[in-house]
Amino acid sequence: MPVEIDIAHVARLARLGLSDSELEHYRDQLAVILEHAARVQELEGEPEVDVAHPLRMVNAFRPDEVRPSLDRDEVLAQAPEANDGYFVVPPALEA
Amino acid sequence: MEDFTIAIAGARLRDGSLRAVDLLAGVLKIASDTEAQIHAYLNIDHAGAREAAERADNELAAGVDRGPLHGIPIALKDNMMTRGLETTAASQILAGYVPPYDATVVSRLREGGAVIVGKTNLDEFAMGSSTENSAYGPTYNPWDINRIPGGSSGGSAAAVATGSALVGLGSDTGGSIRQPASLTGVVGMKPTYGTVSRYGLIAFASSLDQIGPLSRTVEDSALTLGAIWGHDPLDATSYRGDYPDLFSQIGAGVDGLKVGVVKELGGEGYEPDVDASVSAMVEQLSASGAEVVEVSLPTFDIALSAYYLIAPAECSANLARFDGIRYGLRVEGETAEEMMSRTRASGFGPEVIRRILLGTYALSAGYYDAFYGQAQRVRSAIRDDFARAYQQVDVLVSPTSPTVAFEAGERTDDPLAMYLSDICTIPCNLSGDPAISVPIGLDSRGLPIGFQVMAPALGEPMMYRVASAVEDLAGFQDRPSLEMVAT
Amino acid sequence: MSWENVIGIEVHVELATHSKMFCGCAVSFGDEPNTNVCPTCLGLPGALPVPNQAALESIMAIGMALNCTVAPTSVFHRKNYFYADLPKNYQISQFDVPICIEGHLDVTVGDITRTVGIERAHMEEDTGKSTHVSVGGRIHSASSTLLDFNRSGVPLVEIVSKPEIQSAAEARAYAQSLRSVVAELGVSDARLEEGSIRFDANVSVRPAGQEELGTKVEVKNMNSFRSLERAVQYEIDRQIELIESSGTVTQETRHWDEEAGVTRSMRTKEGSSDYRYFAEPDLVPMRMDEEWVERIRATLPELPADRIERYVASGLDAGMAAVLSGADFPTRTLYESTVAEGADVRSAANWVTGEVTARLRRGDGADEDDLLTGRQLAELIELIDAGTISSSAAKDVLDGVLSGEGDPGEVARSRDLLQISDTSAIEEAVDEVLADNPDALESLRSGEVKVLGFLVGQVMRATQGKADPKLVNEVIRARAGD
Repeated sequence: MPVEIDIAHVARLARLGLSDSELEHYRDQLAVILEHAARVQELEGEPEVDVAHPLRMVNAFRPDEVRPSLDRDEVLAQAPEANDGYFVVPPALEA
Repeated sequence: MEDFTIAIAGARLRDGSLRAVDLLAGVLKIASDTEAQIHAYLNIDHAGAREAAERADNELAAGVDRGPLHGIPIALKDNMMTRGLETTAASQILAGYVPPYDATVVSRLREGGAVIVGKTNLDEFAMGSSTENSAYGPTYNPWDINRIPGGSSGGSAAAVATGSALVGLGSDTGGSIRQPASLTGVVGMKPTYGTVSRYGLIAFASSLDQIGPLSRTVEDSALTLGAIWGHDPLDATSYRGDYPDLFSQIGAGVDGLKVGVVKELGGEGYEPDVDASVSAMVEQLSASGAEVVEVSLPTFDIALSAYYLIAPAECSANLARFDGIRYGLRVEGETAEEMMSRTRASGFGPEVIRRILLGTYALSAGYYDAFYGQAQRVRSAIRDDFARAYQQVDVLVSPTSPTVAFEAGERTDDPLAMYLSDICTIPCNLSGDPAISVPIGLDSRGLPIGFQVMAPALGEPMMYRVASAVEDLAGFQDRPSLEMVAT
Repeated sequence: MSWENVIGIEVHVELATHSKMFCGCAVSFGDEPNTNVCPTCLGLPGALPVPNQAALESIMAIGMALNCTVAPTSVFHRKNYFYADLPKNYQISQFDVPICIEGHLDVTVGDITRTVGIERAHMEEDTGKSTHVSVGGRIHSASSTLLDFNRSGVPLVEIVSKPEIQSAAEARAYAQSLRSVVAELGVSDARLEEGSIRFDANVSVRPAGQEELGTKVEVKNMNSFRSLERAVQYEIDRQIELIESSGTVTQETRHWDEEAGVTRSMRTKEGSSDYRYFAEPDLVPMRMDEEWVERIRATLPELPADRIERYVASGLDAGMAAVLSGADFPTRTLYESTVAEGADVRSAANWVTGEVTARLRRGDGADEDDLLTGRQLAELIELIDAGTISSSAAKDVLDGVLSGEGDPGEVARSRDLLQISDTSAIEEAVDEVLADNPDALESLRSGEVKVLGFLVGQVMRATQGKADPKLVNEVIRARAGD
């Protein structure tokens, strides 16, 4: 069962700037893997989807209390570019 | 240099016949003798380890006892955040990254006085079954340096197998602790999902990842797990109920227990020596008083397919944060968008890119239902199969891996073949149940074979009970020759 | 051709919790950039979210105040998209199982009150802030974006109305009503100018009677209630004109430009967004059982709808009840205490929402709350009813009370504003005026009604406006022999 893959679209969604030949290579590989993965459709019946936490946890919350934040210098030291307390990036277009 | 376990070393540290700094020195000597060939470590923290060992000696001498890991040299897979110590996830995209915080398990280790030797190699972002996907070069198997140690926790497994750490921590998402343990002849276990905090573990697949120990013995495994597990308020998936006593059943033997052999995990596609070895152990369990039955869990046949939709889907979102903005590699661009795209294409290796593409696709509009949605249904069905099985039996057993360690480069061109390494281990990640791999022997080429014991959620005491019996029955004492022989 | 407008409003409310939605960083504005950040709200590797219980209780309160049903079970989802101010490049939000569903809000425009349906209210996290700057002195492409993640992770409640709003005025009224509810609950500062409440509008038009909906346009960047109304009206007009001149409306997002008074098309992103929603695996489901819901319901203040009902039941008409209910807390308190002192509800409401509010809004006096008590206002109303002062004099009396000159009775006396109600005094004044205008009475008797007004005016002048005009009127008529 061949699977249709618009690999350029998928790569764009994932912000992976791959070359055309790379895209083609991955598309071929993905097609093979997806054929195998598509076997999930062999499942008989339609079980209730129960993918809850294995220990059936619910309502894991925290109280509304302030905890110490990170030291800004330590954080910005790892930034590729920082200035005056800000992270700096090339212009980000309107979302 | 003696062959220490945590239990033995612990006793010696406390009776004064051994110092932590000497224990560390021994471990570092082995590392320096073997690392050129094995490459288990990405980064050995000589200064930090020394300091911790000295502190341990002072404390123990003063009667301060922080628990079983006090003074014990431990290796950490490099996907756990260690403050002040480079953490890379074996990726170029985090080259040189120094975290500003410790993972919870790391904090607990430090509080327990453990001596963190360094960060071990892994498949990039924990994606792989051979540690060949590391951006910093593979790790090799101490039993045969032309072969891989398994993955993704290959570095920690190799370190424990060699002796360049007494114990290691790895992470297991589809078998990444158990499979390398099996291929390197050590004990490796994946705890019940939710019992070990994931805070500070670089996420691969959030609903599957768990941190667990790799060790020489079953006892060491339980000692280590006890030191790191427990509720963490920083992890919303962290279990808040009662945690069982891990040692409550070890030593009780298998007499009267019901052991289920998984029908779907064995036979065709499994190496004959592996099959034979596992069957022989099952016989021994029977002879020891266990009631052995064959159990069928039919959805196991499509478990791999479900895993290769769920794990990539979650990882595609978990790895979106690596964008060159706040940390890590940045490749410049005219706009933020361009910079992100170039950075990610450049910084991620092929297996990671493959899985991000796969996961993005499986979640995308028009494909969600048939792929990700359907995979979740399969996951539910797997849980149903397990629930049914555990009504009949106390534990389930199988080989840990269909094969022993394969040759380096053997599967790197065939992703699917690589994925098949996880066929025995994946079901317990999907169900969240605990499982352990215990070394039971060597194949005709002298390569280790692992035996897997699976138990219901929070069934670690039962799992350790059977694992301990298997360990005794196997009597596996072999160690790899440190001359690094290639067979 | 007549047109129907189909308008929906999306509201984002920043909650005023102490800590962020998924981590313990402080929710605080105006701090130095990137000083309220941690692994979780910065999206560092290995970080995990843990939900803020108070934030969840706030959204439940908001939902109940909007007559929503609180879902028994709810989950968070990951909304996946890449943007520089979104640290994980996904936002933890809610998709198909939001916490609150199916509510409604009564909205009044003029005399008409309609019910606008509310689709849902869900919980999510806010993003960081990006500032675009030009860096001087650089040769190539001299600009960059600065990022501050202090706001990243602040709890955000998104409230989506059904597309049942029918005019720009109604859109504004809806927004204002919603804002009041939220502010009154105390869960948010809800200040448009500060960005702690934000509105987006979805606008489409269709020929009256047509069932099929027109193309929807999203309008953003309206920073005041007035601009919301203007923007929606502009967009309605624009779409109608476009269609009438045989054009088609493009589905897009447009920005309101307050200065130019127009909406402008925004740079469209490549392709539409595929958010690839899936249930957040780092969080466990939420169960809102009845006991928890009722516990929160018990803490809610009186809701506007209930208050309006109460006012109407006490005798106010719907329009006044709505206005009064929408007034601020001190205004309503004054009204309640005035009525408690025995004043007639309608008079009290008129005075409170009219003359009193006009004066207090002008800032006459330092401490507004203490300037006028319910007892004093009740006394003022009583004086008018008894004819002791005329209603126009009452305004001066009010000024006096607000200036601290004393109680209404005292002020009326000291400012010599007492109405003359003594019949004989009035008769005296009338007779004097009649004496000065001998022909007037004859004209009146022969049916010239205008003369009555003139005569009353003369008497009022003669008495410096203090005569009770009703009585003057009666006396003159009596003299005329009616």
